[in-house]
Amino acid sequence: MSGARLDLEGVTKHFRGLRAVHEVSFTVPAGAIHALIGPNGAGKTTIFNMIAGVYAPNGGVVRLDGKAISGLRPDLICDAGVGRTFQLVKPFKGLSVLENVTVGALHRKPRVAEAQESANAILSRLGLYDRRHQLAESLTLPDRKRLEVARALATEPKLLLLDEVMAGLRPTEVDVMVGFLRELNQRTGLTILLIEHVMRAVMALAAEVVVVSYGEKIAEGTPQEISRHQAVLDVYLGEQEEL
Amino acid sequence: MSFIRRLAGNAPPRILWSLGVLLALLLLAPALLGKYWLSVLILILYFAYVGQAWNVLMGFAGQLSLGHALYAGLGGYIAAGLYFHYGIGPWAGLFAAVAVAGMAGAIVGYLGFRFSLAGVYFALLTIAFAEFTRVAFDHWEWAGGSGGLFLKVEHATDIVNLRGGPVLFYYSILALAAGAFILCRALLQSRLGQYWLAIREDAEAAQAVGVPVLRCKMIAIVISAALTALAGVWNAFYYNNLFPETAFAMGRSIEITLAPIIGGLGTLFGPIVGAVVLTGLGEAFTDLGDVLRIPGTKQIFYGLALLVIVVYRPAGVWPWLADKLGLKERRP
Repeated sequence: MSGARLDLEGVTKHFRGLRAVHEVSFTVPAGAIHALIGPNGAGKTTIFNMIAGVYAPNGGVVRLDGKAISGLRPDLICDAGVGRTFQLVKPFKGLSVLENVTVGALHRKPRVAEAQESANAILSRLGLYDRRHQLAESLTLPDRKRLEVARALATEPKLLLLDEVMAGLRPTEVDVMVGFLRELNQRTGLTILLIEHVMRAVMALAAEVVVVSYGEKIAEGTPQEISRHQAVLDVYLGEQEEL
Repeated sequence: MSFIRRLAGNAPPRILWSLGVLLALLLLAPALLGKYWLSVLILILYFAYVGQAWNVLMGFAGQLSLGHALYAGLGGYIAAGLYFHYGIGPWAGLFAAVAVAGMAGAIVGYLGFRFSLAGVYFALLTIAFAEFTRVAFDHWEWAGGSGGLFLKVEHATDIVNLRGGPVLFYYSILALAAGAFILCRALLQSRLGQYWLAIREDAEAAQAVGVPVLRCKMIAIVISAALTALAGVWNAFYYNNLFPETAFAMGRSIEITLAPIIGGLGTLFGPIVGAVVLTGLGEAFTDLGDVLRIPGTKQIFYGLALLVIVVYRPAGVWPWLADKLGLKERRP
């Protein structure tokens, strides 16, 4: 595993009359961790969905290591090396934890036994190994979030998109997840882009932050720069009490 | 040998022994049972087989078809028509039957899956195809039109043309049922099978981890349709007659779905257990009707029994039974 560079160039998405995302450009260098923040409804998840292939952009292009991937089907984008989690977690409820992650691993390892092996390795790193035979629907929310990450990692991505994986976690659990992601990034060089409202995690992880509001990028910089940026304070961080 | 070992996989020896004994008994059945019980067993095996075929699409891949009579009807008509008109025996005819039914499955599947018809809308599409095929066959001279297609009843056993008595049909449907069971187990243990289960649970999440959703669904419907077509071929030669009104009937489609639903959707033993329960109930209530001499007795009691099972065992009889037996085959 190693990281890939992500480029968004003037990416735009309209839903009928609604301008969800308008000419957003930014770059995440290979091996970096960046965050995407902004108020609810700013278009963050729409941006993720365009990177992951759920929507084709109306304009602009998404590149992974320089190759245009926008407009491809989600499974082909996964093939190209993008793993993603869903904001509203989507476990395969009727399958066991192990089977959930095995499905992800089968993408690169077509033999079921090998895929199970690598799924087990990922589960132990995320602390889910003891629950591997439980049905996914019986997991608590924090465990479901970890399962999302495990399943995405099983596809051996070069870019990992994390959509609010910290939401609903207790502060200690956030620290565990932050530690896991940082260690993963340092060990494998995996590029990570996270959408996150938990600023504690953003500050701890992200080298750079992109701020969007009403579908447009309004600021970009290090977490320190962003936390002093007037426009960002006005539209977003001003609401956040924990800063 | 290695194939057999892989197939047995992690199944407990207790199950393998039980299955071995069951298979031995089934192989001996014609020598042990009278004519009536053999015909009941044939019915059970037929519903177990066709239920297994339907279960591939619904139980594994999660796509509801209420028009599987289409594939059984096409399969039956093509093999019977080839035999009737040109004397081509069913062993050759079944290839044509499977090809045509598979093609029909591919057309229904492509229209449904490519344009993301889900749930009941896909089910309506499958019903529509079965219905207009019925109307088409009503007017197709080659297939006998609405008057039906009849094969000559012959009692001399002729394996080449699948002509003969109940014993021949017993062993042929037993082979189909056993073969489908083994095929389905192998499929479930494969990458494709795991992908189907993922699609059944959440297609969007499956696609995000690289599952080619459309292709997997297409394979599921083509396999399901092809297996169902074989049931149709067998059925045509067993009963020696075909009418569009029954071959493509809604009731025929529903009948196909019952065993896996009652037995346990998505499980390997569900269609078999469901077929035993349903056929058993059907025969018992027919007898009851004969005793009571009240018309409709069978239908009323049969309906009530289904209702009770669905209310009290919504996941099917098999998961509950497996639990009681300490076997724990939960829904995969």
